[in-house]
Amino acid sequence: MNAAALQMATKGAIRIQNVDKIYDPAGAAVQAVSDCTLDIRAGEICMIVGPSGCGKTTLLNAIAGFHDISGGAIYLDGEMLCGPDRPKAEPGPDRVVVFQNGALFPWKTNLENVAFGPVMQGKLSWSAAAEKARGMMADAGLTGVEHNYPGEISSGMRRRVEIVRALMNDPKVLLLDEPFRALDSLTKSVMHEALLEIYYRNKVTIFFITHDLEEAIFLGHRVAIMTTRPCRPKKILEVDIPHPRNYSVLTSPRFRALMEETVSAVHEEAVKAFEAGEKEM
Amino acid sequence: MSAVAETLVRRPPKRGESFFKNQVVRAIISIAVFIAFWELASRLNWPWVGQAPAPSKVLDAWLPLLNDQGYWYSWYQSSRRVLSGFIAAMIIGIPLGLAMATSRVFHDITFPVFEILRPVPPLAWVPAAIIFWPTQELSIGFVIFLGAIYTIVLNVVGGARSIDVRYFQAARSMGSSSWDIFRRIILPGVLPSIIVGCEVGIGITWNVVVAAEMISGGGGAIQSSAGGGLGFFIWNSYIGFSYPLIVVGMISIGIAGWISSAVIRRLGLLVTPWLRVR
Repeated sequence: MNAAALQMATKGAIRIQNVDKIYDPAGAAVQAVSDCTLDIRAGEICMIVGPSGCGKTTLLNAIAGFHDISGGAIYLDGEMLCGPDRPKAEPGPDRVVVFQNGALFPWKTNLENVAFGPVMQGKLSWSAAAEKARGMMADAGLTGVEHNYPGEISSGMRRRVEIVRALMNDPKVLLLDEPFRALDSLTKSVMHEALLEIYYRNKVTIFFITHDLEEAIFLGHRVAIMTTRPCRPKKILEVDIPHPRNYSVLTSPRFRALMEETVSAVHEEAVKAFEAGEKEM
Repeated sequence: MSAVAETLVRRPPKRGESFFKNQVVRAIISIAVFIAFWELASRLNWPWVGQAPAPSKVLDAWLPLLNDQGYWYSWYQSSRRVLSGFIAAMIIGIPLGLAMATSRVFHDITFPVFEILRPVPPLAWVPAAIIFWPTQELSIGFVIFLGAIYTIVLNVVGGARSIDVRYFQAARSMGSSSWDIFRRIILPGVLPSIIVGCEVGIGITWNVVVAAEMISGGGGAIQSSAGGGLGFFIWNSYIGFSYPLIVVGMISIGIAGWISSAVIRRLGLLVTPWLRVR
Protein backbone atom coordinates (compact mmCIF):
# COMPACT_ATOMS: atom_id res chain seq x y z
CA MET A 1 0.00 0.00 0.00
CA ASN A 2 1.64 3.25 -1.08
CA ALA A 3 1.32 6.53 0.70
CA ALA A 4 -0.79 8.18 -2.01
CA ALA A 5 -3.51 5.62 -1.60
CA LEU A 6 -3.65 6.47 2.06
CA GLN A 7 -4.35 10.12 1.47
CA MET A 8 -7.64 10.91 2.99
CA ALA A 9 -10.71 11.84 1.05
CA THR A 10 -11.66 15.47 1.01
CA LYS A 11 -15.38 14.77 1.04
CA GLY A 12 -17.60 13.07 3.52
CA ALA A 13 -17.22 15.13 6.70
CA ILE A 14 -20.21 14.72 8.98
CA ARG A 15 -21.07 17.21 11.66
CA ILE A 16 -23.56 16.06 14.25
CA GLN A 17 -24.59 19.13 16.19
CA ASN A 18 -26.59 19.11 19.42
CA VAL A 19 -28.82 16.33 18.13
CA ASP A 20 -31.77 15.17 20.20
CA LYS A 21 -34.03 12.28 19.47
CA ILE A 22 -37.10 11.48 21.49
CA TYR A 23 -39.17 8.47 20.53
CA ASP A 24 -42.90 8.71 21.02
CA PRO A 25 -42.83 12.30 22.35
CA ALA A 26 -46.55 12.30 23.11
CA GLY A 27 -46.46 9.01 24.98
CA ALA A 28 -43.57 7.14 26.55
CA ALA A 29 -41.13 9.91 25.49
CA VAL A 30 -37.97 7.84 25.36
CA GLN A 31 -34.91 10.06 25.06
CA ALA A 32 -32.61 8.03 22.80
CA VAL A 33 -30.13 10.79 21.95
CA SER A 34 -29.52 13.94 23.93
CA ASP A 35 -27.45 16.96 22.93
CA CYS A 36 -25.06 14.83 20.92
CA THR A 37 -22.23 16.63 19.16
CA LEU A 38 -19.66 14.77 17.12
CA ASP A 39 -17.47 15.79 14.21
CA ILE A 40 -16.44 13.09 11.79
CA ARG A 41 -13.56 14.07 9.53
CA ALA A 42 -13.65 13.47 5.82
CA GLY A 43 -12.18 10.11 4.97
CA GLU A 44 -11.65 8.81 8.46
CA ILE A 45 -12.87 5.60 9.99
CA CYS A 46 -14.88 6.71 12.99
CA MET A 47 -15.92 3.92 15.28
CA ILE A 48 -18.96 4.41 17.50
CA VAL A 49 -18.84 2.17 20.55
CA GLY A 50 -21.56 1.79 23.10
CA PRO A 51 -23.72 -0.79 24.80
CA SER A 52 -26.70 -2.30 22.99
CA GLY A 53 -29.66 0.04 22.91
CA CYS A 54 -27.67 3.17 23.76
CA GLY A 55 -28.95 5.05 20.70
CA LYS A 56 -26.08 4.54 18.27
CA THR A 57 -28.35 3.16 15.57
CA THR A 58 -30.69 6.10 16.09
CA LEU A 59 -27.85 8.40 15.05
CA LEU A 60 -27.10 6.25 12.02
CA ASN A 61 -30.75 6.23 10.99
CA ALA A 62 -30.82 10.01 11.26
CA ILE A 63 -27.77 10.38 9.01
CA ALA A 64 -29.13 7.85 6.52
CA GLY A 65 -32.51 9.57 6.47
CA PHE A 66 -34.56 6.64 7.77
CA HIS A 67 -35.77 8.50 10.87
CA ASP A 68 -36.23 12.11 11.86
CA ILE A 69 -34.53 13.92 14.72
CA SER A 70 -36.18 15.94 17.46
CA GLY A 71 -33.57 18.67 17.74
CA GLY A 72 -30.17 19.87 16.54
CA ALA A 73 -28.81 19.36 13.04
CA ILE A 74 -26.64 17.06 10.96
CA TYR A 75 -24.44 18.34 8.14
CA LEU A 76 -22.60 16.55 5.37
CA ASP A 77 -19.70 18.63 4.00
CA GLY A 78 -21.34 21.76 5.33
CA GLU A 79 -24.74 21.05 3.81
CA MET A 80 -27.57 20.45 6.18
CA LEU A 81 -29.01 16.93 5.92
CA CYS A 82 -31.55 17.44 8.63
CA GLY A 83 -32.17 20.19 11.10
CA PRO A 84 -34.78 22.51 12.52
CA ASP A 85 -36.70 23.04 9.26
CA ARG A 86 -36.29 19.54 7.97
CA PRO A 87 -36.36 16.91 10.72
CA LYS A 88 -35.80 13.98 8.37
CA ALA A 89 -32.94 13.75 5.87
CA GLU A 90 -33.61 12.52 2.36
CA PRO A 91 -32.01 9.06 1.89
CA GLY A 92 -29.44 9.15 -0.88
CA PRO A 93 -26.61 7.24 -2.52
CA ASP A 94 -24.01 9.54 -0.92
CA ARG A 95 -24.71 7.83 2.43
CA VAL A 96 -25.23 4.11 2.02
CA VAL A 97 -25.95 1.77 4.91
CA VAL A 98 -24.66 -1.75 5.45
CA PHE A 99 -27.10 -3.32 7.86
CA GLN A 100 -26.56 -5.44 10.93
CA ASN A 101 -28.03 -8.64 9.57
CA GLY A 102 -27.51 -7.79 5.95
CA ALA A 103 -30.06 -6.51 3.50
CA LEU A 104 -28.99 -8.04 0.21
CA PHE A 105 -32.08 -8.69 -1.87
CA PRO A 106 -32.49 -12.47 -1.71
CA TRP A 107 -34.27 -12.58 -5.08
CA LYS A 108 -31.39 -11.00 -6.94
CA THR A 109 -28.08 -12.65 -7.70
CA ASN A 110 -25.00 -11.20 -6.04
CA LEU A 111 -24.05 -9.43 -9.26
CA GLU A 112 -27.55 -7.98 -9.67
CA ASN A 113 -27.40 -6.82 -6.07
CA VAL A 114 -24.06 -5.07 -6.56
CA ALA A 115 -25.15 -3.50 -9.86
CA PHE A 116 -28.43 -2.27 -8.36
CA GLY A 117 -27.51 1.24 -7.17
CA PRO A 118 -26.06 2.89 -10.29
CA VAL A 119 -28.95 1.54 -12.38
CA MET A 120 -31.52 2.91 -9.95
CA GLN A 121 -29.84 6.31 -10.01
CA GLY A 122 -29.84 6.22 -13.82
CA LYS A 123 -26.06 6.59 -13.88
CA LEU A 124 -25.31 3.34 -15.71
CA SER A 125 -27.15 0.85 -17.88
CA TRP A 126 -27.57 -2.67 -16.55
CA SER A 127 -24.75 -3.99 -18.70
CA ALA A 128 -22.35 -1.20 -17.79
CA ALA A 129 -23.23 -1.56 -14.11
CA ALA A 130 -22.77 -5.32 -14.31
CA GLU A 131 -19.34 -4.80 -15.81
CA LYS A 132 -18.29 -2.38 -13.10
CA ALA A 133 -19.77 -4.70 -10.48
CA ARG A 134 -17.75 -7.63 -11.81
CA GLY A 135 -14.57 -5.61 -11.50
CA MET A 136 -15.31 -4.44 -7.97
CA MET A 137 -16.32 -7.93 -6.88
CA ALA A 138 -13.08 -9.32 -8.29
CA ASP A 139 -11.13 -6.70 -6.33
CA ALA A 140 -12.87 -7.80 -3.16
CA GLY A 141 -12.11 -11.48 -3.79
CA LEU A 142 -15.64 -12.29 -4.84
CA THR A 143 -14.95 -13.91 -8.20
CA GLY A 144 -17.06 -16.96 -8.90
CA VAL A 145 -20.12 -16.10 -6.85
CA GLU A 146 -21.54 -13.45 -9.20
CA HIS A 147 -24.39 -15.61 -10.39
CA ASN A 148 -25.19 -17.19 -7.06
CA TYR A 149 -28.00 -15.93 -4.89
CA PRO A 150 -27.03 -14.41 -1.53
CA GLY A 151 -28.60 -17.44 0.15
CA GLU A 152 -26.02 -19.67 -1.49
CA ILE A 153 -22.85 -18.10 -0.11
CA SER A 154 -21.35 -17.84 3.37
CA SER A 155 -22.34 -15.03 5.71
CA GLY A 156 -18.84 -13.54 5.53
CA MET A 157 -19.04 -13.38 1.74
CA ARG A 158 -22.54 -11.93 1.92
CA ARG A 159 -21.21 -9.14 4.09
CA ARG A 160 -18.46 -8.41 1.60
CA VAL A 161 -20.97 -8.38 -1.27
CA GLU A 162 -23.04 -5.91 0.66
CA ILE A 163 -20.10 -3.59 1.31
CA VAL A 164 -19.20 -3.73 -2.38
CA ARG A 165 -22.84 -3.02 -3.25
CA ALA A 166 -22.68 0.08 -1.07
CA LEU A 167 -19.36 1.24 -2.58
CA MET A 168 -20.78 0.89 -6.11
CA ASN A 169 -22.76 4.05 -5.41
CA ASP A 170 -19.55 6.08 -4.90
CA PRO A 171 -20.81 7.20 -1.51
CA LYS A 172 -19.14 9.92 0.49
CA VAL A 173 -19.98 8.08 3.67
CA LEU A 174 -20.38 4.41 4.39
CA LEU A 175 -22.68 3.79 7.34
CA LEU A 176 -21.98 0.42 8.91
CA ASP A 177 -24.31 -0.83 11.63
CA GLU A 178 -22.53 -3.67 13.43
CA PRO A 179 -21.98 -5.38 10.10
CA PHE A 180 -19.90 -8.21 11.49
CA ARG A 181 -21.96 -8.88 14.59
CA ALA A 182 -23.34 -12.20 13.43
CA LEU A 183 -19.98 -13.57 12.27
CA ASP A 184 -17.76 -15.92 14.25
CA SER A 185 -14.55 -14.37 15.53
CA LEU A 186 -12.28 -16.00 12.92
CA THR A 187 -14.43 -14.86 10.01
CA LYS A 188 -14.64 -11.49 11.68
CA SER A 189 -10.85 -11.06 11.70
CA VAL A 190 -10.73 -11.90 7.99
CA MET A 191 -13.50 -9.40 7.37
CA HIS A 192 -11.64 -6.67 9.25
CA GLU A 193 -8.64 -6.95 7.00
CA ALA A 194 -10.90 -7.17 3.95
CA LEU A 195 -12.71 -4.02 5.02
CA LEU A 196 -9.43 -2.14 5.54
CA GLU A 197 -8.22 -3.26 2.15
CA ILE A 198 -11.45 -2.04 0.55
CA TYR A 199 -11.12 1.21 2.49
CA TYR A 200 -7.55 1.81 1.34
CA ARG A 201 -8.72 1.45 -2.27
CA ASN A 202 -11.84 3.59 -1.97
CA LYS A 203 -11.48 6.87 -0.21
CA VAL A 204 -14.61 7.11 1.81
CA THR A 205 -15.64 8.18 5.29
CA ILE A 206 -16.70 5.26 7.44
CA PHE A 207 -19.18 5.60 10.28
CA PHE A 208 -18.98 2.24 11.98
CA ILE A 209 -21.19 1.18 14.89
CA THR A 210 -20.03 -1.66 17.09
CA HIS A 211 -19.93 -2.76 20.68
CA ASP A 212 -16.70 -4.65 20.21
CA LEU A 213 -13.91 -2.47 21.57
CA GLU A 214 -11.14 -4.52 20.02
CA GLU A 215 -12.76 -4.21 16.60
CA ALA A 216 -13.13 -0.47 17.16
CA ILE A 217 -9.50 0.18 18.03
CA PHE A 218 -8.18 -2.12 15.34
CA LEU A 219 -10.16 -0.45 12.54
CA GLY A 220 -10.67 3.15 13.60
CA HIS A 221 -8.76 6.36 13.30
CA ARG A 222 -10.87 7.47 16.20
CA VAL A 223 -13.17 5.70 18.58
CA ALA A 224 -16.14 7.51 20.06
CA ILE A 225 -17.34 5.87 23.22
CA MET A 226 -20.99 6.73 23.79
CA THR A 227 -22.92 6.97 27.01
CA THR A 228 -25.87 4.70 27.40
CA ARG A 229 -29.22 6.20 26.67
CA PRO A 230 -29.46 9.08 26.17
CA CYS A 231 -26.60 8.74 23.75
CA ARG A 232 -23.76 11.25 23.49
CA PRO A 233 -19.97 10.93 23.26
CA LYS A 234 -18.41 10.12 26.61
CA LYS A 235 -14.82 9.91 25.44
CA ILE A 236 -13.16 10.19 22.07
CA LEU A 237 -10.03 8.16 21.58
CA GLU A 238 -7.43 8.98 18.92
CA VAL A 239 -5.94 5.70 17.75
CA ASP A 240 -2.34 6.68 16.98
CA ILE A 241 -1.44 3.40 15.30
CA PRO A 242 -0.59 4.20 11.67
CA HIS A 243 -2.57 2.77 8.77
CA PRO A 244 -2.26 0.45 6.87
CA ARG A 245 -2.77 -1.95 9.72
CA ASN A 246 -2.83 -5.68 9.83
CA TYR A 247 -3.54 -8.23 12.47
CA SER A 248 -0.10 -8.06 14.07
CA VAL A 249 -1.27 -4.74 15.53
CA LEU A 250 -3.48 -6.63 17.95
CA THR A 251 -0.55 -7.90 19.97
CA SER A 252 1.40 -4.63 19.95
CA PRO A 253 1.97 -2.84 23.27
CA ARG A 254 0.36 0.35 21.94
CA PHE A 255 -2.83 -1.52 21.07
CA ARG A 256 -2.93 -3.08 24.52
CA ALA A 257 -2.38 0.30 26.13
CA LEU A 258 -5.26 1.84 24.17
CA MET A 259 -7.49 -1.07 25.15
CA GLU A 260 -6.65 -0.54 28.80
CA GLU A 261 -7.26 3.16 28.51
CA THR A 262 -10.80 2.70 27.24
CA VAL A 263 -12.06 -0.60 28.50
CA SER A 264 -13.21 0.77 31.84
CA ALA A 265 -15.17 3.59 30.21
CA VAL A 266 -16.98 1.12 27.98
CA HIS A 267 -17.57 -1.28 30.83
CA GLU A 268 -19.06 1.46 32.96
CA GLU A 269 -21.67 2.26 30.31
CA ALA A 270 -22.36 -1.41 29.72
CA VAL A 271 -23.14 -1.87 33.41
CA LYS A 272 -25.46 1.15 33.34
CA ALA A 273 -27.23 -0.20 30.28
CA PHE A 274 -27.51 -3.63 31.84
CA GLU A 275 -28.96 -2.26 35.05
CA ALA A 276 -31.42 -0.12 33.15
CA GLY A 277 -32.43 -3.26 31.30
CA GLU A 278 -32.99 -1.34 28.10
CA LYS A 279 -33.81 -3.19 24.97
CA GLU A 280 -32.39 -2.64 21.49
CA MET A 281 -33.52 0.61 19.98
CA MET B 1 -39.72 -15.54 4.24
CA SER B 2 -37.53 -18.29 5.51
CA ALA B 3 -40.50 -20.19 6.91
CA VAL B 4 -42.07 -20.01 3.49
CA ALA B 5 -38.86 -21.24 1.94
CA GLU B 6 -38.75 -24.21 4.24
CA THR B 7 -42.27 -25.35 3.46
CA LEU B 8 -41.78 -24.90 -0.26
CA VAL B 9 -38.45 -26.59 -0.62
CA ARG B 10 -37.93 -30.22 0.04
CA ARG B 11 -34.46 -31.64 0.11
CA PRO B 12 -34.06 -34.34 -2.54
CA PRO B 13 -33.19 -37.73 -1.00
CA LYS B 14 -29.50 -38.45 -1.12
CA ARG B 15 -28.06 -41.65 -2.49
CA GLY B 16 -27.44 -44.25 0.15
CA GLU B 17 -30.36 -43.22 2.26
CA SER B 18 -32.44 -46.17 3.30
CA PHE B 19 -35.48 -47.30 1.34
CA PHE B 20 -37.88 -46.11 4.00
CA LYS B 21 -36.49 -42.59 3.89
CA ASN B 22 -37.63 -42.23 0.29
CA GLN B 23 -40.50 -39.78 0.15
CA VAL B 24 -42.48 -41.78 -2.41
CA VAL B 25 -42.14 -44.99 -0.41
CA ARG B 26 -43.41 -43.21 2.67
CA ALA B 27 -46.40 -41.84 0.75
CA ILE B 28 -47.29 -45.31 -0.54
CA ILE B 29 -47.04 -46.79 2.93
CA SER B 30 -49.24 -44.04 4.32
CA ILE B 31 -51.96 -44.62 1.74
CA ALA B 32 -51.75 -48.41 2.00
CA VAL B 33 -52.13 -48.38 5.78
CA PHE B 34 -55.07 -46.01 5.50
CA ILE B 35 -56.86 -48.22 2.97
CA ALA B 36 -56.15 -51.41 4.94
CA PHE B 37 -57.53 -49.86 8.11
CA TRP B 38 -60.64 -48.68 6.28
CA GLU B 39 -61.27 -52.08 4.66
CA LEU B 40 -60.87 -53.80 8.01
CA ALA B 41 -63.15 -51.33 9.77
CA SER B 42 -65.80 -51.77 7.12
CA ARG B 43 -65.67 -55.59 7.15
CA LEU B 44 -65.79 -55.78 10.95
CA ASN B 45 -68.58 -53.21 10.88
CA TRP B 46 -66.96 -50.91 13.42
CA PRO B 47 -69.04 -47.97 14.54
CA TRP B 48 -68.75 -44.81 12.40
CA VAL B 49 -66.00 -45.92 10.06
CA GLY B 50 -67.80 -49.17 9.37
CA GLN B 51 -70.73 -47.28 7.86
CA ALA B 52 -68.64 -46.28 4.84
CA PRO B 53 -68.51 -48.62 1.87
CA ALA B 54 -65.35 -50.73 1.93
CA PRO B 55 -62.49 -49.79 -0.41
CA SER B 56 -63.08 -53.01 -2.34
CA LYS B 57 -66.69 -51.99 -3.02
CA VAL B 58 -65.54 -48.54 -4.02
CA LEU B 59 -63.05 -50.05 -6.41
CA ASP B 60 -65.80 -52.28 -7.87
CA ALA B 61 -67.83 -49.17 -8.57
CA TRP B 62 -64.85 -47.23 -9.88
CA LEU B 63 -63.39 -49.68 -12.40
CA PRO B 64 -66.33 -49.65 -14.84
CA LEU B 65 -66.31 -45.86 -14.69
CA LEU B 66 -62.78 -45.74 -16.03
CA ASN B 67 -64.24 -46.84 -19.37
CA ASP B 68 -67.09 -44.38 -19.09
CA GLN B 69 -66.34 -41.29 -21.19
CA GLY B 70 -68.82 -39.35 -19.09
CA TYR B 71 -66.69 -39.81 -15.98
CA TRP B 72 -63.65 -38.37 -17.71
CA TYR B 73 -65.76 -35.60 -19.12
CA SER B 74 -66.64 -34.79 -15.52
CA TRP B 75 -62.96 -34.41 -14.77
CA TYR B 76 -62.64 -32.07 -17.70
CA GLN B 77 -65.75 -30.10 -16.76
CA SER B 78 -64.74 -29.60 -13.15
CA SER B 79 -61.13 -28.80 -13.99
CA ARG B 80 -62.22 -26.21 -16.51
CA ARG B 81 -64.61 -24.60 -14.02
CA VAL B 82 -62.09 -24.66 -11.21
CA LEU B 83 -59.36 -23.26 -13.40
CA SER B 84 -61.42 -20.39 -14.77
CA GLY B 85 -62.75 -19.43 -11.34
CA PHE B 86 -59.27 -19.68 -9.90
CA ILE B 87 -57.62 -17.63 -12.64
CA ALA B 88 -60.28 -14.96 -12.20
CA ALA B 89 -59.52 -14.96 -8.48
CA MET B 90 -55.81 -14.50 -9.23
CA ILE B 91 -56.38 -11.72 -11.75
CA ILE B 92 -58.52 -9.79 -9.30
CA GLY B 93 -57.04 -10.95 -6.00
CA ILE B 94 -53.34 -10.27 -6.57
CA PRO B 95 -53.70 -6.62 -7.64
CA LEU B 96 -56.33 -6.09 -4.95
CA GLY B 97 -54.00 -7.48 -2.30
CA LEU B 98 -51.07 -5.40 -3.56
CA ALA B 99 -53.20 -2.27 -3.53
CA MET B 100 -54.38 -3.01 0.01
CA ALA B 101 -50.83 -3.64 1.16
CA THR B 102 -49.30 -0.53 -0.43
CA SER B 103 -52.01 2.06 0.15
CA ARG B 104 -53.17 2.69 3.68
CA VAL B 105 -56.18 4.65 2.44
CA PHE B 106 -57.26 1.95 0.02
CA HIS B 107 -56.80 -0.64 2.74
CA ASP B 108 -58.90 1.27 5.25
CA ILE B 109 -61.69 1.76 2.72
CA THR B 110 -61.86 -1.76 1.32
CA PHE B 111 -60.86 -3.95 4.24
CA PRO B 112 -64.09 -3.69 6.30
CA VAL B 113 -66.22 -4.81 3.34
CA PHE B 114 -63.71 -7.54 2.57
CA GLU B 115 -63.78 -8.79 6.15
CA ILE B 116 -67.59 -8.89 6.24
CA LEU B 117 -67.84 -10.77 2.97
CA ARG B 118 -65.01 -13.18 3.83
CA PRO B 119 -66.80 -15.38 6.39
CA VAL B 120 -69.79 -15.92 4.06
CA PRO B 121 -69.37 -19.49 2.80
CA PRO B 122 -69.43 -19.91 -0.99
CA LEU B 123 -72.39 -22.29 -0.53
CA ALA B 124 -74.44 -19.40 0.82
CA TRP B 125 -73.70 -17.50 -2.38
CA VAL B 126 -75.28 -20.16 -4.59
CA PRO B 127 -78.79 -18.68 -4.77
CA ALA B 128 -77.45 -15.17 -5.28
CA ALA B 129 -75.01 -16.42 -7.91
CA ILE B 130 -77.86 -17.98 -9.86
CA ILE B 131 -79.76 -14.70 -9.80
CA PHE B 132 -76.76 -12.47 -10.58
CA TRP B 133 -75.26 -14.19 -13.55
CA PRO B 134 -76.86 -14.74 -16.93
CA THR B 135 -75.50 -18.23 -17.55
CA GLN B 136 -75.13 -21.31 -15.42
CA GLU B 137 -71.41 -21.58 -16.12
CA LEU B 138 -70.83 -18.01 -14.97
CA SER B 139 -72.71 -18.73 -11.75
CA ILE B 140 -70.56 -21.81 -11.12
CA GLY B 141 -67.38 -19.92 -11.94
CA PHE B 142 -68.39 -17.14 -9.56
CA VAL B 143 -68.90 -19.49 -6.61
CA ILE B 144 -65.51 -21.09 -7.29
CA PHE B 145 -63.94 -17.65 -7.62
CA LEU B 146 -65.26 -16.79 -4.16
CA GLY B 147 -63.62 -19.90 -2.79
CA ALA B 148 -60.14 -18.76 -3.81
CA ILE B 149 -60.14 -14.97 -3.70
CA TYR B 150 -60.02 -14.36 0.05
CA THR B 151 -57.05 -16.61 0.66
CA ILE B 152 -55.13 -15.08 -2.23
CA VAL B 153 -55.80 -11.52 -1.09
CA LEU B 154 -54.93 -12.22 2.54
CA ASN B 155 -51.67 -13.91 1.59
CA VAL B 156 -50.66 -11.08 -0.70
CA VAL B 157 -51.39 -8.46 1.96
CA GLY B 158 -49.62 -10.45 4.67
CA GLY B 159 -46.67 -11.23 2.41
CA ALA B 160 -46.19 -7.62 1.37
CA ARG B 161 -46.43 -6.44 4.97
CA SER B 162 -43.79 -8.89 6.12
CA ILE B 163 -41.13 -7.74 3.66
CA ASP B 164 -38.13 -6.66 5.73
CA VAL B 165 -38.10 -2.89 6.15
CA ARG B 166 -34.32 -2.88 5.57
CA TYR B 167 -34.90 -3.87 1.93
CA PHE B 168 -36.95 -0.70 1.47
CA GLN B 169 -34.35 1.38 3.30
CA ALA B 170 -31.50 -0.07 1.27
CA ALA B 171 -33.38 0.47 -2.00
CA ARG B 172 -34.29 4.04 -1.03
CA SER B 173 -30.76 4.97 -0.07
CA MET B 174 -29.51 3.59 -3.38
CA GLY B 175 -31.81 5.97 -5.20
CA SER B 176 -34.83 3.82 -6.07
CA SER B 177 -38.06 5.55 -7.05
CA SER B 178 -41.39 4.40 -5.66
CA TRP B 179 -42.08 2.52 -8.86
CA ASP B 180 -38.67 0.81 -8.66
CA ILE B 181 -39.43 -0.21 -5.10
CA PHE B 182 -42.79 -1.63 -6.12
CA ARG B 183 -41.36 -3.53 -9.07
CA ARG B 184 -38.02 -4.66 -7.65
CA ILE B 185 -38.73 -5.06 -3.94
CA ILE B 186 -42.45 -5.52 -3.31
CA LEU B 187 -43.24 -7.77 -6.27
CA PRO B 188 -40.41 -10.28 -5.81
CA GLY B 189 -40.75 -10.02 -2.04
CA VAL B 190 -44.41 -10.93 -2.13
CA LEU B 191 -44.08 -13.64 -4.77
CA PRO B 192 -43.54 -16.52 -2.31
CA SER B 193 -46.70 -15.49 -0.46
CA ILE B 194 -48.64 -15.26 -3.71
CA ILE B 195 -47.62 -18.82 -4.45
CA VAL B 196 -48.67 -20.04 -1.02
CA GLY B 197 -51.97 -18.19 -1.40
CA CYS B 198 -52.57 -19.80 -4.79
CA GLU B 199 -51.65 -23.22 -3.52
CA VAL B 200 -54.10 -23.01 -0.65
CA GLY B 201 -56.63 -21.18 -2.83
CA ILE B 202 -56.79 -23.81 -5.54
CA GLY B 203 -57.37 -26.42 -2.82
CA ILE B 204 -60.36 -24.43 -1.62
CA THR B 205 -61.77 -24.16 -5.15
CA TRP B 206 -61.97 -27.94 -5.20
CA ASN B 207 -63.66 -27.77 -1.79
CA VAL B 208 -66.44 -25.63 -3.19
CA VAL B 209 -66.84 -27.44 -6.49
CA VAL B 210 -69.64 -29.63 -5.07
CA ALA B 211 -71.65 -26.61 -4.00
CA ALA B 212 -70.96 -24.84 -7.28
CA GLU B 213 -71.99 -27.75 -9.45
CA MET B 214 -75.23 -28.26 -7.60
CA ILE B 215 -76.22 -25.14 -9.56
CA SER B 216 -75.72 -26.96 -12.83
CA GLY B 217 -78.17 -29.77 -12.06
CA GLY B 218 -75.99 -31.87 -14.33
CA GLY B 219 -76.31 -29.45 -17.20
CA GLY B 220 -73.67 -29.69 -19.89
CA ALA B 221 -73.25 -33.42 -19.33
CA ILE B 222 -72.55 -35.43 -22.44
CA GLN B 223 -72.30 -39.13 -23.12
CA SER B 224 -73.61 -40.33 -19.76
CA SER B 225 -75.17 -39.22 -16.50
CA ALA B 226 -71.69 -39.28 -14.95
CA GLY B 227 -70.63 -36.29 -17.03
CA GLY B 228 -71.96 -33.31 -15.09
CA GLY B 229 -68.73 -32.54 -13.24
CA LEU B 230 -67.15 -34.31 -10.28
CA GLY B 231 -69.06 -32.23 -7.75
CA PHE B 232 -72.37 -32.88 -9.42
CA PHE B 233 -71.37 -36.54 -9.69
CA ILE B 234 -71.26 -36.77 -5.87
CA TRP B 235 -74.54 -34.97 -5.44
CA ASN B 236 -76.18 -37.14 -8.06
CA SER B 237 -74.83 -40.33 -6.50
CA TYR B 238 -76.21 -39.25 -3.16
CA ILE B 239 -79.65 -38.71 -4.65
CA GLY B 240 -79.37 -42.13 -6.26
CA PHE B 241 -78.34 -43.81 -2.96
CA SER B 242 -75.12 -45.06 -4.52
CA TYR B 243 -72.70 -44.79 -1.62
CA PRO B 244 -69.66 -46.36 -3.30
CA LEU B 245 -70.01 -43.82 -6.12
CA ILE B 246 -70.09 -40.96 -3.61
CA VAL B 247 -66.75 -42.15 -2.33
CA VAL B 248 -65.45 -42.46 -5.91
CA GLY B 249 -66.40 -38.82 -6.45
CA MET B 250 -64.80 -37.78 -3.18
CA ILE B 251 -61.54 -39.52 -3.97
CA SER B 252 -61.56 -38.10 -7.50
CA ILE B 253 -61.85 -34.57 -6.13
CA GLY B 254 -59.13 -35.34 -3.61
CA ILE B 255 -56.79 -36.47 -6.36
CA ALA B 256 -57.66 -33.50 -8.56
CA GLY B 257 -56.99 -31.10 -5.70
CA TRP B 258 -53.71 -32.75 -4.88
CA ILE B 259 -52.54 -32.59 -8.50
CA SER B 260 -53.53 -28.91 -8.75
CA SER B 261 -51.63 -27.95 -5.62
CA ALA B 262 -48.58 -29.90 -6.77
CA VAL B 263 -48.63 -28.16 -10.14
CA ILE B 264 -48.87 -24.74 -8.47
CA ARG B 265 -46.01 -25.64 -6.15
CA ARG B 266 -43.84 -26.66 -9.11
CA LEU B 267 -44.68 -23.52 -11.07
CA GLY B 268 -44.00 -21.53 -7.93
CA LEU B 269 -40.49 -22.91 -7.61
CA LEU B 270 -39.84 -22.06 -11.25
CA VAL B 271 -40.56 -18.38 -10.68
CA THR B 272 -38.77 -18.15 -7.31
CA PRO B 273 -35.36 -19.64 -8.13
CA TRP B 274 -33.76 -18.04 -5.05
CA LEU B 275 -35.87 -20.23 -2.78
CA ARG B 276 -34.54 -23.38 -4.38
CA VAL B 277 -31.00 -22.85 -3.20
CA ARG B 278 -31.34 -23.43 0.52
